[in-house]
Amino acid sequence: MKNVWKIALAASLSAALFLTGCGGGGGSDEGSSGSADGDTIKIGVNYELSGATATYGSSSVEGIDLAIKQINEAGGVLGKQIELVEGDNKSEPAEATSLSTKLMTNDGVVAVLGPATTGNFKATIPVADKNQIPVISGSATADDVTVDLDDDGNPTEVKEFAFKICFSDSFQGITMANFASSNLGATKAVIIMDNSSDYAIGLAKNFRSTFESLGGEIVGEEAYIAGNTDFSGILTKIRSMDFDVIFLPGYYSEAGLIIKQARDLGITAPVLGADGFDSPTLLELAGASALNDVYYSNHYSSLDEDPAVIQFIEDFNAEYGKDPDAFNALGYDTAKFLCDAIERAGEADPIAIKDALASTESFAGVTGTFSIDENHNPVKSVVVIKLTDGEPSESIKI
Amino acid sequence: MILDIIKRNSVFTLSLILTFVVVQLMLFTGILNDYYMSAIVLICINVILGVSLNLVVGFTGQFSLGHAGFMSVGAYVCAIINMQMDSTAGFLLGIFAGAVIAALVGVLIGIPTLRLRGDYLAIATLGTAEIIRILFLNLDITNGAVGLNGIPQYTNWPWLFIFTALTIICIRNFINSSHGRTCISIREDEIAAESMGINTTKYKVMAFAIGAFFAGIAGGLYASYFYFLKPDIFGFMKSIDILVIVVLGGLGSISGSIIAGIFLAIVTTYLQQFAAVRMIIYSLVLIIVMIFRPQGLMGNKEFSMKFFKSFGKKENSWLARKRNAKIKS
Repeated sequence: MKNVWKIALAASLSAALFLTGCGGGGGSDEGSSGSADGDTIKIGVNYELSGATATYGSSSVEGIDLAIKQINEAGGVLGKQIELVEGDNKSEPAEATSLSTKLMTNDGVVAVLGPATTGNFKATIPVADKNQIPVISGSATADDVTVDLDDDGNPTEVKEFAFKICFSDSFQGITMANFASSNLGATKAVIIMDNSSDYAIGLAKNFRSTFESLGGEIVGEEAYIAGNTDFSGILTKIRSMDFDVIFLPGYYSEAGLIIKQARDLGITAPVLGADGFDSPTLLELAGASALNDVYYSNHYSSLDEDPAVIQFIEDFNAEYGKDPDAFNALGYDTAKFLCDAIERAGEADPIAIKDALASTESFAGVTGTFSIDENHNPVKSVVVIKLTDGEPSESIKI
Repeated sequence: MILDIIKRNSVFTLSLILTFVVVQLMLFTGILNDYYMSAIVLICINVILGVSLNLVVGFTGQFSLGHAGFMSVGAYVCAIINMQMDSTAGFLLGIFAGAVIAALVGVLIGIPTLRLRGDYLAIATLGTAEIIRILFLNLDITNGAVGLNGIPQYTNWPWLFIFTALTIICIRNFINSSHGRTCISIREDEIAAESMGINTTKYKVMAFAIGAFFAGIAGGLYASYFYFLKPDIFGFMKSIDILVIVVLGGLGSISGSIIAGIFLAIVTTYLQQFAAVRMIIYSLVLIIVMIFRPQGLMGNKEFSMKFFKSFGKKENSWLARKRNAKIKS
């Protein structure tokens, strides 16, 4: 027993020495020496690689890796290779904050990509302001990510170092309301929303106001909480109502189950959703036969005929052996968008990069061509995807 | 009198002052940058949470799975007050108001649930933490699922140090007081304690409220450092994380909770860069420690000068025990 103690003590001591050694080394090597010395430009990658929203984070990182690989093979940016410094934030805001602090102060990155979800991304923005290094998210869709809003939702103050390249939730809600009204000719809608997610609440709010202003009527509103699995109570209640469409803002994990249970109960009305539906898991949960007459807005469609998209799908397939989803595409675009800005800035300096990002005009990405507006949001189009037997059968650009 | 107290606790006082000065100097000279600072914040919050939960689980023997709930109360109250009053006074007021409200919630929840024992109490406390979380999810003042954004940052090393030291000193003194010994007697045998005329519910609620108070302080410090709060942060897993600190450090050992709190904060921060293997290594570390030290890193011993001295005497005391056993037989 005494020996075990000695070994444990020795092991922990050497581990401690090792840890402090590494920490000290990192600090003195690149500590505050700043950004782009040497032959590489460092870019931080702060994504959800474990935890609740890991699918979004790891998909985005796959897209980023592919983009950077292609850029480096083509000679890099400003004649320098791009070096990614990757980290995992465990899908927790506090971890996202400390990781972005590490990337900015210890690793000397010129910009940070990610995190993928709104809450975690917001948690890194104060760090970005403090260190004056831009942060870019590919998929934080909340309206107030890059700009402060007053109580009526009007922009007040733009966050200088925060950018996003996806459309906002309000835009998705408005689009789906328009789609329901003009493309499907619906006048009565039911909303079933995830009450525990800011994303779903924002979508529902904008859908409701737009749909009503178009002369439609919301005949019922039901709520559930992420993690629920049995929705028969809600659905039985809805079945007796008279409506044309169901609007279902929420994530695929519950949406899949709701669609399946609704179809089992004989509810055949079209189901509308947003980009939270975009996951292979939706098909696994709902089953192909239930996924008919399902429409959702998305950033990107694999049915797109654009040669750039076809090329991207081909490259992605060659690299990972599967078709890219929207988060792969957004990750890919985020990395390309940043490298484009570094190129235009002419130097790998965080402030210059920030100015170049803000003045982006018609950047052509696989998720559409967009410009950055004065609120650091992209101006871009949205795609509505129709599912037939679980497969995307039609994509409508709006 | 104060001098007397300091004299009696000279080693403890000295080590406190030394820790403060060394870290302050390293921050001042820039050896510890922002990144290390965020690790220090995690360490201090871990220590406060671990020590305060240890009072409930380790010393009073009440298995609680709701510590994150009290932490969230402190965090939200501090954030809301601090956002209205953007000053150091507002920060301190927020922390104390948060801690007091957390303690009140602790009393409210403790009175009905602490009549339960073991697994039943664990489920009941888990349930109450979830109720608190769902409440924050649906209140307007907490901004629901969107969360509170743009909380001013006032947490810095001096405040962290003061609150951490305060927590350790208060709980240490409580445990060494007659109330504390009463709590320990409840852990050892509740029926025996009751038959000695101890109002067990009263002392259980007291320990629960004190634990909740300091969890509230930890929440306030958390809110004021990480700028952003949303109810998801304080879910079931956060309570488990705190329980892991207590079990890893040793049930009934304050120094154990401190060491485990520091250890786990360093491990999680250090492993951020190894995204792929992070959770595997983290779990492996826990499993290995539990295999070799099932009673936790410190068991129920405290780290003190006596602890070092007793190392040398270990064999002697073993001999003495053997001799005693012989005499008895």
